[in-house]
Amino acid sequence: MMHVSFNLNGKPFSADVEPRTSLADLLRSTSCGCTSVHLGCEHGVCGACTILIDGQIARSCIALAVSCSGSDLMTLEGLGKDELIGELKEAFREHHGLQCGFCTPAMLISAREMIERYPNMTEDDIRLAMSGNICRCTGYSGIVASISAVVATRGASNG
Amino acid sequence: MKPAPFDYVRPRDLGEAVTALSELEWGGRLLAGGQSLVPMLNLRLSPLVRLIDISRIEELRGVDETADSVTFGACVRHGEFEDGKVPDPARGMMRRVAGRIAYRAVRNRGTIGGSLSLADPSADWITVVMALGASIRIRSPCGERSLQAADMFVGPYTTVLGEHDILASISVPKLSARARWGYYKIIRKAGEYPMTTASVVLDPERERRSVVLGAVNRGPLTMAETGAALNGAGSWSEQTETALRLAIKRDLAAADRIEDAYEMKLCETTVLRAAAAALVQ
Repeated sequence: MMHVSFNLNGKPFSADVEPRTSLADLLRSTSCGCTSVHLGCEHGVCGACTILIDGQIARSCIALAVSCSGSDLMTLEGLGKDELIGELKEAFREHHGLQCGFCTPAMLISAREMIERYPNMTEDDIRLAMSGNICRCTGYSGIVASISAVVATRGASNG
Repeated sequence: MKPAPFDYVRPRDLGEAVTALSELEWGGRLLAGGQSLVPMLNLRLSPLVRLIDISRIEELRGVDETADSVTFGACVRHGEFEDGKVPDPARGMMRRVAGRIAYRAVRNRGTIGGSLSLADPSADWITVVMALGASIRIRSPCGERSLQAADMFVGPYTTVLGEHDILASISVPKLSARARWGYYKIIRKAGEYPMTTASVVLDPERERRSVVLGAVNRGPLTMAETGAALNGAGSWSEQTETALRLAIKRDLAAADRIEDAYEMKLCETTVLRAAAAALVQ
């Protein structure tokens, strides 16, 4: 077992883990309780486990908990008061951006980073930017419409 | 958890990493970004005794620019190229290519050195560093050595790196102001591994006209005839296209593993489009 410590959603956290423990498994464990982190493929393809590691989106199923010791981690649980996440949630509700909800936490976190990086994304840009997150319900149209709506609203209010 | 049990160490510097790796006869693996290695561990495809985490070693994260070249530490991430956080000696080529590697969540973690050491045949960087004439610096218990990127890749997931070698950095010579480049890959879904890749670099001042095809042959294929056909070519024209098609066919005849007519067509198209991208620049 190895000792790891990091900041999780703004609070210090430490635990003893086996080196082979994935970050996603640790986050979903009862000691962390971050069940917004979903495990789909567990080999870095579906994107459902996307979280923020040191402020940037990353897949927690292919990050090892030991390797993240000393990092700053943020899951959707820690983004409850984030303004952009709030706008995205509202837009997803409005534009049918989810059905079963399994991919949604990671969709929100990925969309947040992509909007912050590229505030003027077109529909094509959004499709490319979100291509690392798989959804099996919506056919993506609702998700793209939701993100487009947030981009448009932000664009209008900024200029 | 999915991987089989292994030991984990996080050396403080490159010297410690070399020691940690060379203490074992085999079974030491380096963790840079982990974006290919950890999936392989999760699927138990990759045997592992000790994981040596080099992702935070300062000297592997650095970048050194001189008048003629830029040297990237092995653990510089794709996203840092994409965001322009590191200088681009290839006048936009490295930045452009980095921005289309897999997905942003992968680019935030994946590294250029990790990608080159693993040598997945479909990886984007392989043909790029070859076409740019990059050199690779390797650290081992015996000391340091350098080799040309063109001499590094033997085949799929196979390089000349030995069990105790660590790829420390990649030096890329700067292109001249008049240089042109093109990169093209055929891909069925955005972010997927490409079916074919091709890099073209034309820099008359540096006497460089490189064309490299990736992802299909046994190893990356340097296409000398195609490079020669591009020598002195101005902009895109019908004559250029005809000459290029002939040269591409001759180069592909030397390939050791192109499976069928369909794959041949993919290769021709990929190289032609990469060349066109360079010529219209």
